[in-house]
Amino acid sequence: MRWTRKHLLTMRELDASEIVLLVDTAASLQEIATREIKKVPALRGKTIVNLFYEPSTRTRTSFEIAGKWLSADVINFSASGSSTTKGESFIDTAKNIAAMSPDVVIVRHSSAGAAELLARTLPCSIVNAGDGAHEHPTQALLDLLTIREKKAHFDGLHVAIVGDIAHSRVARSDIHGMRKLGVTVTVAGPPTLIPPFVQELGVKVSYRLEDAIRDVDVIMLLRLQHERMTNGLIPSLREYSRYWGLTLDKLAKHARPDVLIMHPGPVNRGIELAPEVADGPYSVILDQVAKGVAVRMGVLLLLAGSKADAP
Amino acid sequence: MSLVVTRGRVIDPANATDGVQDVLIADGKIERVGARLPVPAGAEVVDAAGKIVCPGFIDIHVHLREPGHEYKETVATGTRAAAAGGFTAVACMANTSPVNDNRSVTDYILAKAQDEGAARVHPIGAVTRGLLGEELAELAELAEAGCVAFSDDGKCVMNAGLYRHAMEYTLPFGVPVISHAEDTTLCHGYAMNEGVVSTQLGLPGAPAAAEEVMVARDILLAELTGAHVHIAHLSTAGAVRLVRDGKARGVRVTAEVTPHHLLLTEEAVRTFDANTKMAPPLRTKRDTEAVLEALADGTIDCIATDHAPHALAEKEGEFDHAAFGIVGLETAVALLLDRLVRPGLLPLATLVSRLSRDPARLLNLPGGSLAPGAPADVTILDPDREVTVDPARFRSKSRNTPFAGWTLTGGPWMTIVGGKVVRL
Repeated sequence: MRWTRKHLLTMRELDASEIVLLVDTAASLQEIATREIKKVPALRGKTIVNLFYEPSTRTRTSFEIAGKWLSADVINFSASGSSTTKGESFIDTAKNIAAMSPDVVIVRHSSAGAAELLARTLPCSIVNAGDGAHEHPTQALLDLLTIREKKAHFDGLHVAIVGDIAHSRVARSDIHGMRKLGVTVTVAGPPTLIPPFVQELGVKVSYRLEDAIRDVDVIMLLRLQHERMTNGLIPSLREYSRYWGLTLDKLAKHARPDVLIMHPGPVNRGIELAPEVADGPYSVILDQVAKGVAVRMGVLLLLAGSKADAP
Repeated sequence: MSLVVTRGRVIDPANATDGVQDVLIADGKIERVGARLPVPAGAEVVDAAGKIVCPGFIDIHVHLREPGHEYKETVATGTRAAAAGGFTAVACMANTSPVNDNRSVTDYILAKAQDEGAARVHPIGAVTRGLLGEELAELAELAEAGCVAFSDDGKCVMNAGLYRHAMEYTLPFGVPVISHAEDTTLCHGYAMNEGVVSTQLGLPGAPAAAEEVMVARDILLAELTGAHVHIAHLSTAGAVRLVRDGKARGVRVTAEVTPHHLLLTEEAVRTFDANTKMAPPLRTKRDTEAVLEALADGTIDCIATDHAPHALAEKEGEFDHAAFGIVGLETAVALLLDRLVRPGLLPLATLVSRLSRDPARLLNLPGGSLAPGAPADVTILDPDREVTVDPARFRSKSRNTPFAGWTLTGGPWMTIVGGKVVRL
């Protein structure tokens, strides 16, 4: 299996063998983090631009570290708020950056389709680091790597994704990635946070946390944005956390003893996830973050590395 | 000055004509239609053998953007686009800047049309001042100035009580109110149709119900007031059912459909090309089938383009930030001939009727007929012409079309307005 794509835009467009290649490549790069000198020359002389139109700590830092460990030159460009508030359009900014000949542009933007837009406008490779509520493929890849390491395989696994599915790019990318690898997926949340026709993505739907977490191998909690309340989607955070917050008690009563707790971060402690669960033995939330660097190294290597440098 | 269009196949639904005839035009009016008419001395002769001669096409839903947004379109460029696309008359919406909510703006548009128009222009006045949905515009004076209908198009008049009053107040003028039917509380911030594609793309969706709730409301208000309500750009199967039911019950409701709601579905949005973003949004295959059936059976009265020119910068960026709407005047006729008439989905005579006689009747406009004495507005089609849609060649100032690159057989060949061949 050879990687042939120029961009990484969505999980939806990848086939299972491409996803496995990405996960395998990331797995093989994990040991770099354990070295005393965390640097390999694979992307020496390559320029990577982190073009971030939304605030992000984890993802931006993760890509930056990944690029630097591979010896690429990494430049961060952050524009807070929408492109229009700066007076220069997103497309203009992107074209200006492209004029400086980067090899890869990593883009995070609040608009769905922003990565596709750059891919058809700029000559370089584009990595989607999250576009609106559309996709966040590297998050899905690091989730898959985490699950495979803990469970050793994907066969017959069942994952519950709980919370604001409607507004979550992570949920969409996870659903596509997991379904292609044969994982059963249940999405759960109050009906106002479940997008229409989501069953057509090949998932089951549950409107009760207790049912959704029964007998699953992984529970993935999603962050609840506070504005969902003012939009009339949920009555209160209090009610949400009462019915949808994962507590030790609910976990002990309804979930399997070997269940994994995952969360793409940042966690609203006490809302979707009780602190003792987030920090407890089931939680692999920090493993996810660590795997994020390996996944992003793998992606950058496959997109920008010359074939001879491949490990 | 006379003009004879000879040997063409004349399709004139208003006079139940379909056959090879000559059309004699004198002094800007249709003089006579008949076989092998004698050509008056000095008359200009247009040989239309192999062509289809129709009453001038009328597009009752166009945004000419002047005054105020001349960088998108002007009366001059918009009417050139109309004539190039086979339309001899357009009705222009009120969402200009300033809004066409007072007589001076109507006068300005009509004066521009008089001086620079390549096709006839019929202004539509605003229902509410500034399109704000709060107070009625000066509707009587707008009607007197020449507005042929009232609409806040682009915005839905959410206040049902106020809309009722608009319907009642305009009753004596004999012109319809045109509804942009979209309950804004059901589709706040949408970028596309709500459905499986919006779920996959993560774009905020507008459910079909956002349109249907308002269509239902407006039919009930028309029933209550006895007014004529016209539903602009009807796009859903459910709205078709509501209009069909309203008509069956004798309510004065009419409706239009756009070429894009007949020919494209939400699947087109997958490219994130903002030229697939419009209000109402592209719907599903079930909806396109329903609106086509309704157009064929007359539930939907006419075709209108909702020609909505926007500058490149308003359409090239992020999908959710992009402006709504596409241009339509220069692609509509060719699209409908190629994609509906050629495959046998819609009879040619029905298409001609929905573009000429029916919109004319709906807004009580002169034209839509080749009867003696009618204005000599004639659209001549070439059924064999093959053209690839090239936005760079548009007469419109704007290029925002999802149909670029489509190769179409059949299209407008000549446009005659007031007895004169429009030369572009």
